[in-house]
Amino acid sequence: MDQSFWSFFFVGTTFALYIGIALKARAGSTDDFYVAGHDVHPAVNGMATAADWMSAASFLSMAGLIAFLGYGGSVYLMGWTGGYVLLALLLAPYLREFGKFTVPDFVGDRYYSTFARVVAVVCALFVSFTYIAGQMKGVGVAFSGFLGIPFEWGIVIGMVIVFFYAVLGGMKGITYTQVAQYCVLIFAYTVPAIFISIMITGNPIPQLGFISDVAGENRPMLEKLNTVVSDLGFLEYTSSSKSMIDVFCITAALMFGTAGLPHVIIRFFTVKSASAARVSAGYALVFIALLYTIAPAVGAFARLNFIDTVNEATYVTSDSYVLEAEAIEERGGTPVPAWFKSWEQTGLLSFEDKNGDGLMQIRGPNASDGIENEVIASRDIFVLANPEIANLPAWVIGLVVAGGLAAALSTAAGLLMVISSAVSHDLCRRTLFPTMTDRTELRVARVSAAGAVVAAGLLGLFASQLGFVAQVVAFAFGLAAASLFPIIFLGIFWKRMNKEGAITAMITGLISTFGYIYYFKFGGGTPDQWLFGVSPEGIGFVFMWLSLVVGVGVALVTKAPPQDVQDLVEDIRVPGTRKPHGIADGDMVPAPALSG
Amino acid sequence: MARSDSEVDARGYWAANLRLTTWLMVIWFVVSCGAGIVFREFLDQYSVGGAPMGFWFAQQGSIYVFVGLIFYYCVAMRRLERKFGLGED
Repeated sequence: MDQSFWSFFFVGTTFALYIGIALKARAGSTDDFYVAGHDVHPAVNGMATAADWMSAASFLSMAGLIAFLGYGGSVYLMGWTGGYVLLALLLAPYLREFGKFTVPDFVGDRYYSTFARVVAVVCALFVSFTYIAGQMKGVGVAFSGFLGIPFEWGIVIGMVIVFFYAVLGGMKGITYTQVAQYCVLIFAYTVPAIFISIMITGNPIPQLGFISDVAGENRPMLEKLNTVVSDLGFLEYTSSSKSMIDVFCITAALMFGTAGLPHVIIRFFTVKSASAARVSAGYALVFIALLYTIAPAVGAFARLNFIDTVNEATYVTSDSYVLEAEAIEERGGTPVPAWFKSWEQTGLLSFEDKNGDGLMQIRGPNASDGIENEVIASRDIFVLANPEIANLPAWVIGLVVAGGLAAALSTAAGLLMVISSAVSHDLCRRTLFPTMTDRTELRVARVSAAGAVVAAGLLGLFASQLGFVAQVVAFAFGLAAASLFPIIFLGIFWKRMNKEGAITAMITGLISTFGYIYYFKFGGGTPDQWLFGVSPEGIGFVFMWLSLVVGVGVALVTKAPPQDVQDLVEDIRVPGTRKPHGIADGDMVPAPALSG
Repeated sequence: MARSDSEVDARGYWAANLRLTTWLMVIWFVVSCGAGIVFREFLDQYSVGGAPMGFWFAQQGSIYVFVGLIFYYCVAMRRLERKFGLGED
């Protein structure tokens, strides 16, 4: 059985599974559609949140990114997990107690203002669309790279699958498909990692292999890696290339950004109580940590193995790899591994023999022997080539493809929910047509979910031509940290926070972060102009404080929020005491915590 | 299900919750930004298995502590809710 058979087999089987779940979990009401009936078990929601959160980037790119950055990759590991502590302690339980459907719902009701709601809708849409473009592009790449299906058709197939479970089942369908997708992606990630760990260190648990000695040698793996990379002129693996303040700000911006991302927050509306939301955040982090503690190990193993097997190896030029490799070995040389040749065709790896010696030299920027680097590797290669590097059978590659697709589709679905509910619920029901019935709203929700699927697909197609997706992701976290996090946080912890403060805070965070990132990413800004030496990736954290200070300042000089709203804040702080409040709730009755 | 505010000491419950949350946020900050970033170079002279300690905290340890913090918070809050008569039985 060859590799493309297995890829089709696993992708086909998992897709059939997702559609099967979609048909079973149809949404019958807006409650089902937006929040899965507020009745998802905390562990199930935790698993769904993990799939929702871990995107194509986490699955395919993160380990490779860490492999290249070494210590510098820690910002992603700490940033994307530490945010869950903020969610569990500061936001999730209270937002669940508040008992509505969306993030703009909270902003609009807590700040008794349609304008605030609309600003929050704009933030949520902006964050979600930038994010979803990357997911759809990932789906297209997976299809075109592994199944030989053109990029555009790959996106269309992905759209059809997401359409099925997002439009039919809403949050209910998405929840259960995300659970299935989590299982697929974590299995696909762990299996090759275990074998790589055994190969490099002899320890089957990657997290332990990470801190063990190299197999057959009496020195720690990381120490060897440090020596190997610094000999070739790279920075030591465990030391940092960025300034401490920049590392600090990037980590913090990712943490607060994670906590403010609407597609993560809405997952906590689906459990039955505030205390379930807390536990659920804990489960979510456990499921995420499983992949996030393996990733740095995979990154380090892959980097070490890559240099060990490729550096100074003899390049195999002809198409009949086996014959030429044998000939090279007979001459006493080391041929480049077969996986290098097979991945070269995808463009993820490339070799240019600059000094014409037929050997492949890997060199870093500080190389002392004057030899130029000849090998260029994409950061996605390490996860994708892992099964072959570890000599695993062809079906494991098929599994990794299915895992990558699961990661991309589950995140795309979560984002689609945010987009469709922002349109159908926050714009149509709560802003434009308040008299809409529940049944009409459900129909509008399905139509906007369908529209969002199409828009996301088109964006994925465009994004591949523009190629700035990675740049734009900095926007998503920065904006979530600087515009959404401060007002949600103040809305819960400071009763005195009012409409005027919230609107100025959101707009301050939005404009300052957007302007800064735009200037340095597209407007020709140079690093020496960075504010306090903070890069665009970390600036969301700085402007989050600006937004907090401006918001609090404005709130103090304007009048206190109405008594109704202050009572509402008291209610969401104490479990089981939430009552409807005139100004904030209008005709929308909040969902009580379910008992039992 | 919904109780009126007079039955429970909402103020006491909220104050206790804020105290707990503040302490946990301090630990959260010290472990991630402290051990993994600010004091990394100092901690790197010690090691966890074969990894420098500051580096290990940045790529492994902080994540384990995050998980521990959330579950501790869940348990402590349940205890608090029971104490103030807010438990969901």
